Order: sequence, then structure tokens, then C-alpha cells
Amino acid sequence: MSKQRLVVVGNGMVGHRFIEDMVEKAGGENYQITVFCEEPRVAYDRVHLSSYFSHHTAEELSLVKPDFYQKHAIEVLLGERAINVDRHKQIVYSASGREVAYDKLIMATGAYPFVPPIQGNDSKGCFVYRTIEDLKAIELCAKHSKRGVVIGGGLLGLEAAGALKALGIDTHVVEFAPKLMAEQLDQAGGDQLRRKIERMGVQVHTSKNTLEIAAEGESCRNTMHFADGSHLETDFIVFSAGIRPQDKLAKQMGLEIAPRGGIVINDFCQSSDDNIYAIGECASWNNSFFGLVAPGYKMATVAVDHLLADGAAPNSQFEGADMSAKLKLLGVKVGSIGDANGRTPGCKSYVYQNEEAEVYKRLIVSEDNKKLLGAVLVGDTSDYGDLLQLALNEIDLPEHPDALILPAHAGGEKPALGADALPDSAVICSCFDVTKGKIAQAVSEGHHTVAELKAATGAGTGCGGCLPLLGSVLNAELAKAGVEVTNHLCEHFAYSRQELLHLIRIEEIKSFDALLEKYGQGYGCEVCKPAVGSILASVWGEHILKPELVKLHDTNDNFLGNMQKDGSYSVIPRMAGGEVTPQALAALAQVAEDYSLYTKVTGAQRIGLFGAQKDDLPAIWQRLIDAGFETGQAYAKALRMAKTCVGSTWCRYGVQDSVGLGVKIENRYKGIRTPHKMKFGVSGCTRECAEAQGKDLGIIATDAGWNMYVCGNGGMKPRHADLLASDLSETTLIQYIDRFMMFYIRTAAPLQRTSVWLENMEGGIDYLREVIVNDKLGFNTQLESDLAKLVAEYRCEWADTLESERQLKRFNHFINSDKRDDNLMFVDEREQHRPASFEEKQRTLQAKGDILHLELEA
Amino acid sequence: MSFETVCHIDDITPGTGVCAWVNGKQVALFRPSRDEQVFALDNMCPFGKANVLSRGLIAEHQGELWVASPLKKQRFNLQDGRCLDDTSVAVASYAVELRNGEVAVQA
Repeated sequence: MSKQRLVVVGNGMVGHRFIEDMVEKAGGENYQITVFCEEPRVAYDRVHLSSYFSHHTAEELSLVKPDFYQKHAIEVLLGERAINVDRHKQIVYSASGREVAYDKLIMATGAYPFVPPIQGNDSKGCFVYRTIEDLKAIELCAKHSKRGVVIGGGLLGLEAAGALKALGIDTHVVEFAPKLMAEQLDQAGGDQLRRKIERMGVQVHTSKNTLEIAAEGESCRNTMHFADGSHLETDFIVFSAGIRPQDKLAKQMGLEIAPRGGIVINDFCQSSDDNIYAIGECASWNNSFFGLVAPGYKMATVAVDHLLADGAAPNSQFEGADMSAKLKLLGVKVGSIGDANGRTPGCKSYVYQNEEAEVYKRLIVSEDNKKLLGAVLVGDTSDYGDLLQLALNEIDLPEHPDALILPAHAGGEKPALGADALPDSAVICSCFDVTKGKIAQAVSEGHHTVAELKAATGAGTGCGGCLPLLGSVLNAELAKAGVEVTNHLCEHFAYSRQELLHLIRIEEIKSFDALLEKYGQGYGCEVCKPAVGSILASVWGEHILKPELVKLHDTNDNFLGNMQKDGSYSVIPRMAGGEVTPQALAALAQVAEDYSLYTKVTGAQRIGLFGAQKDDLPAIWQRLIDAGFETGQAYAKALRMAKTCVGSTWCRYGVQDSVGLGVKIENRYKGIRTPHKMKFGVSGCTRECAEAQGKDLGIIATDAGWNMYVCGNGGMKPRHADLLASDLSETTLIQYIDRFMMFYIRTAAPLQRTSVWLENMEGGIDYLREVIVNDKLGFNTQLESDLAKLVAEYRCEWADTLESERQLKRFNHFINSDKRDDNLMFVDEREQHRPASFEEKQRTLQAKGDILHLELEA
Repeated sequence: MSFETVCHIDDITPGTGVCAWVNGKQVALFRPSRDEQVFALDNMCPFGKANVLSRGLIAEHQGELWVASPLKKQRFNLQDGRCLDDTSVAVASYAVELRNGEVAVQA
């Protein structure tokens, strides 16, 4: 059978999801797919569009895995617009003159931003907020602007306002309605949101009808004139007043269009032409269109199922969509569920308002007080997941529904919504439409961690709001299956690292042998020995080379250098914040030359000398210490360094002294043993030249202080750090870092980087913030004093080692000879040298004995 | 081949290894505990082709003692040199004698 020709017009989020779903499902291989993509790049994550300003890479936002289209032999016509369709001949015509025949056609043309008919709305300073190209234009304009106005106080408008604020623009929001987020919030919720946003420096103007944008002004380039006679000067304007279905092509094709716009579709997403489907924002079902991504994804699934069913009953149909949403706008948490405005006849409300903590919550329940119809949450959305499940699954409410939103101190004991209470059909992840049943099945197939479930089902990979619930479903299913979840360190200790640390602290255990005798069994191994060694060092701050500890450490810690592939070591002294004096640099260069060390600037803003023989290490370090250097702990599971940009002392953009802070924190936390290595970064302004968001701890200067980001990673699995707290003073910042470090030391698994630690933490960044900022566990004073002790006990390990005869003896290569390792050979390369390969060494076996510099054959 | 005395048992910190030059070979000596017991293997890691095994961590698995290579953590049996992670690989093992605290190796 020859393949069916399938053409998809539009490569946005929904269009791409359709294709992914198509190639995944059985039968999808019978279709030859061609995609029209009007934008110059394939599908990207429009929901997180504003993060483009902070990350600046379109790749970051891309939804398409490299080679995806190629692998599935899908033809993508990039930058090519479909301009007409002959439904009779079943041919699509493109702007470049191409003709593509189809058997089935998918319209996924999305929406376009609605620009109100205001005089002057086409002037130079007017933008919309929809594509990466739009953002690039806004950013360019922002560079020479002071003030910007967003027209539209809805979800998208506030998102855009957040982006302008982040660009350092004096930001104003102008809204036609009397409240913000009129669709999702009631008046009181909107007012609460407004107060929070205004306190952050974004001016809000509601009930403003803009009549004209005039290209004149005293302090700005443009002036907006409102119907009430007032005016506002601004340099530029971003329209974000809603979207309209992009149905122009469909109209031209003669497809039926809904009164309020959008291609009319049935429950299977078919348009008025059976061979043509419409999905996403361009489609209109029951006279409404859906501006959220979740319903669009659902439509994509429905369309695929209908196509593949080929006349038989399909697996799914579109039944409308839940428009509930949980978001973070300008740092304010907002949640809206169901009938948020209380429009259901006879409904009742429960309201909780706390102006001190700036929290507003409202429940809308049915007349009989039994079912939850809707909810509004501003400032605190921690109840969102449970409330959404109650509403969606029509679960009976507890006797006093207000207990669901009251804080614990107000006597409200929240009825726990156990995962068991939910039916299998309950949608846990609404972004990806993953039900409890699907998750349970994945658990039974052997996916036993949240991370594995995310990968297997997609749940929790969208907005992430369902992660806590995902975790409890996982635990409930594991308990049901009788699976014991073990986090034992290894065969010698039936305890987790966290438990062992606790035992060591509480019982003041100071050696591996004592711990093994009391809580372990057998001899120990390469897993538990270094793990316990690291805990002992973290808890007691004792010298890493104490004889009782030596047997616990990897060679790196024992010889205070990082072992290279040939058994030689690297020598990397500390250069806090990347600073080095010319004199110190000269001393380093002399050492490198005298000991023939390969020299390279490392990825950590310091200089590495490579190829040092073990028995040379003490002499090399003696000279470095004499020159004022100290160990850089480049060999240790400890803080490596703080990468800094030049900052306000020299840079004309910097707003704070990033080098000064970097030096300070590197010196404060150096040498402290952590579960895995740690890297810090400090940037002096929002341009983020130190790439701090890719570090375990990233600090970015703001006008008002420092923003603290945590748990980022470069490396194997890059992860952007999460914002923990904003605009901190230096004192508070240091306090938070103290707590963060100690909490990581206390609770991470061995060799678990902070990024993985956070991803496995139930409650994620919100929980971590509760612990560090709000002292949820009530032990922050202790964390701080533990850390202060470690800081006070810091000593340079190399300086200590050089003072001990006994220690120095261990550095000889042979215990019974002064000979050196004859296997270390080097080959000249780019005016320095590198270790010889095994084959190269074989060729010169006759010349054994000394360190050789081999000449490579041409 | 005769036994060659290389060091005193006290020269080896309990729980660690050292490297000795015996009969033109690099030999890794391991002292797993305070007991007067020493094992000897070839010092070269067959995976990394570097003389590093004496610097590995001593570990217990399946009731036997092993050394984990400091390069990529493959484990070698202290008694007979076989590799736990790849049965096709092994390192040479040597006989050790202890006389009045002196460690002698036959290599």
C-alpha cells in the first residue's frame, strides 16, 4: 500500500505535538508527512517565551529533538508559508510557488495577537508579543528606551510586562477592564495581584481605554491618550490584549468559520471538509477557541486517533477543555480553577485574605456545599493541585470546605487528599493529559522514581505544577505493589547517606571503623568509604589526611591532586574569583617551566598545571605556597570556585561588585567537603557574563542587591538554576548560602550534584525556599552555626601536608626505591606536551628509564 | 624466583596500598587492615594502562577483598588479580611473605 500524503500547515507547539503523536502511534508510519513552517525555526515553547530574554538562545526553547524530522523522514518547509489550498484538487500552494498534494490536511495555524483599533497602533514604537522575532525586536528597542507600556492586563500581558521589567525598563500595564486577569480572577483576587505587582515597580492602569498613540512627548518618544482625558508618555508599546484564531487561509479555502473566529470543528477535530482537520488555537469547538496549550495538545491527540482509526471508532474525542491554570506572573503565584468568577447560579464562596502575607484565596462551591466549582488563588498556590483534583473529579468536599484554604495556624487542618482517593481517570498532569491510571501503569512497568516517571509518561515536564501529586501517586503505587524503596548506601550500610550523617552527628562518631562496627557490616567498599569520609569531613571539619581517614579517600584526596589518565596529577592553586596578580602569575609560570608541566586555563577561571609526578607534588606546592598560593581543592568533592564577571568596578554595565563578592564567598566556603563538587558563579548585572545560572549557586546583581539562583548545572545534563530569592542584601545572601550549603551537605545522596538533588526533592524549589527562607524545618540557626564552625576550621591542606614528614613519605612512587614511574612519557604538541598513547610508548620500549619527550613520526 | 624484602609492615598505613620496585617490576602492595596481612598485584591498571592500582581503594564484595582502580573504578581481586567487572581481564598476583614484620614479595 502506498503511503498516504499528510500535510500539516503550521509548526507551532500544537502542530509539532500532532507530528510527535503521529509517529509514535502504530499506523503513523503509513503517512508521508510534509510540514509548512512560516517562522524561520521549527516548533518552540511559546509558553516560556519570555525566558528567551534571560537565556538568549532559541535552541533552549526548541521543542524539536535534533534530527527528529530527519529520522522520521518528515519534510519541513522552513520559512515557507502556505498561501492557498485547492480543496478540489487537494493541493497546497506555497508562497515560493511550490505545490504539495495531500490526502489529509491538518490546519495548525495558531493565532495572531489582537491589536486594538487605536489610532497610531502601527507606529514605530509598537510591538506584539508572540514569536522569538517579536522578542528580538522588543529587546533591540529596549536598549535605547526608558519606559515601556504593555496594553493588556491578562495572562499574556503580565507575562510580557515581566519580560520588560527584566530588561530594566520602567514598565506600565494598561488594561481596559477594571481589574487584572479579568478572565481568571475575581475583583478581590485581581486587586491583590495588582498590589503585589505594583510593589515590584510595575505601574498598573485599569479602566483605561486608549484612543490614540501620538509620536510625541516631553520625556519619551510617544504619548498615549486615554478616553478619560488622561495621558501617559512611553518610549514603546507592546500589544498583548489577547489573540484571535489565525483563520485567514481557512476562510480563503471556504471552510466553515465560527462567528467569533476559528475553523469550526467537530468532536474529532474535523473541519467542514472531512479531509481537513483543524487543531489548536485556530480551531473553534462549540463556538469557542482555546488559547492555552493543553487543549491544543488534546486536539492533536484526538485528530491523530481519528486519522489512524480510519473509519473505525477512534480512541478519543474532544470534549472541551478545562481552562484552569497555575502560573507565576512577575514572581506572583496565581491560580485559577473552573468557575473563578462564581457565575454558576446558587453557588457560594469561601474567602481567605491575608494582606500581611499578601495572600488571597477563594473557593466557589455548589449550592449544596458538596462540590468544588472553582477557585482563585493569589500569592499562594500550594493548594492548587488538590483543589484542581477535587473540582475535575467532582470529589465530595469535606464538611467544612474552608479548611481546604485556611493556614495551619488558623486552626485549619487540611484534609489530606491522598492519591488513593483519586479515580484512575483523574488527570494528574493536565499539560500532557496524563491520568493517574497511566502513571500507575508506568510504575508497575518498573519506573520507580519521579525522574523516571517524567521520562516515561511526560507527566510533570510541562508547568511542573503536578510534581508533588506525581510523587504521592508514585509512593502510593509503590506501597500498593509492596515494593520496598531502599536508599541504602551499599551492601555494608543499610542506611541512606542522610541517615548516616545524622547518626555520625548525634552520636559523635569520628571514624569509619566506629561507624562500621556500630551500624554496618563487613569491610566497606569504594562506595561507602569515600561517602563516609566526606561526611566525617563535612561534619567534623577534620583534616582530610588524618591517617585514619586516608584509607577512605579516593586517590585525588589522598594526594591532593586530580589524577590524570597516565597516573600523573594536576596542580591547580586557588585563584578566588579568577583574580591573580602578575607576580603570582610569574611564580606559577616559573614552576610550570621548572617541572615541565603542561599549562592550560581551566574551565573554572584558573590555571591548571598538568603532568606532575606524585613525588614532585610536595616540592611544587612548596614553591606555590611560598609565592602566596594555596590549594584550589580541584581534586575534592568541595567548592571548586566562584566564576565572576568583571563587575561594576571596571565594567561600564555592571551594577554590583561581582568580583568582590565572588572572592568573598569563594574564600568563605572553600575546602568544605560536600556530597559532590560545587561551582559558584557571580554576575555583576543581568547580562550574566559569569553564566551563574549554570552553577550550583548563581548570584546575579540587581539594582537593589543580589538575586540568588540555586541548583544549576553545566556538565552532562545542563540545568538552569532556579531563582530562590531576589534583591537580597549581602548579609542575607550569605545567610541563605550558609543554609543552602549545609542543607545540601545534610540531605543529598553521595555524589549527587545539587541539580539532581533538587529534582528529586519532593516539592522542588518551593520546598527548598520554604526551608531556607522561611525556616520550615526550624533548624536554620543550627545550619548556620555548623557552617560557621567549618569556615573557622579551614586550613590549606597542602600547607599542612608539607609540615608533616610522615605525610610526605607517601608521595614517593616506590616505597623501596627512589626510582620514578617509567611509564610516564610525553609527546610534544603545540609547543607543550601531552601523555604518550599506549602505542607510542610501545614503540620506544627500549628507551625505558627516564621521562621521555618522544618525537612523533611525521 | 626468590622473595625480595621491600619494606616493613608499619610502612603501609592500614587500609591502603603502596607501590614497590621488585625485580624490575612495579608491584602494588595492599594492607587491608591492622592485621599483618599483605597482598601483591601488578601495579598497572590493564584498562587505563597506567601504574596506579596501589593508589586504589580497598573494597569488599561477595565476601572477598578487591582494589578499585583509581582511574575508572574496575575492581581487581587482591588474592588472584581477576577483575570483577570484566571476567576476560586480570592482573598478575604475587606471593607475599611476612618475616618479623618485614614484607617480602616474590615477583
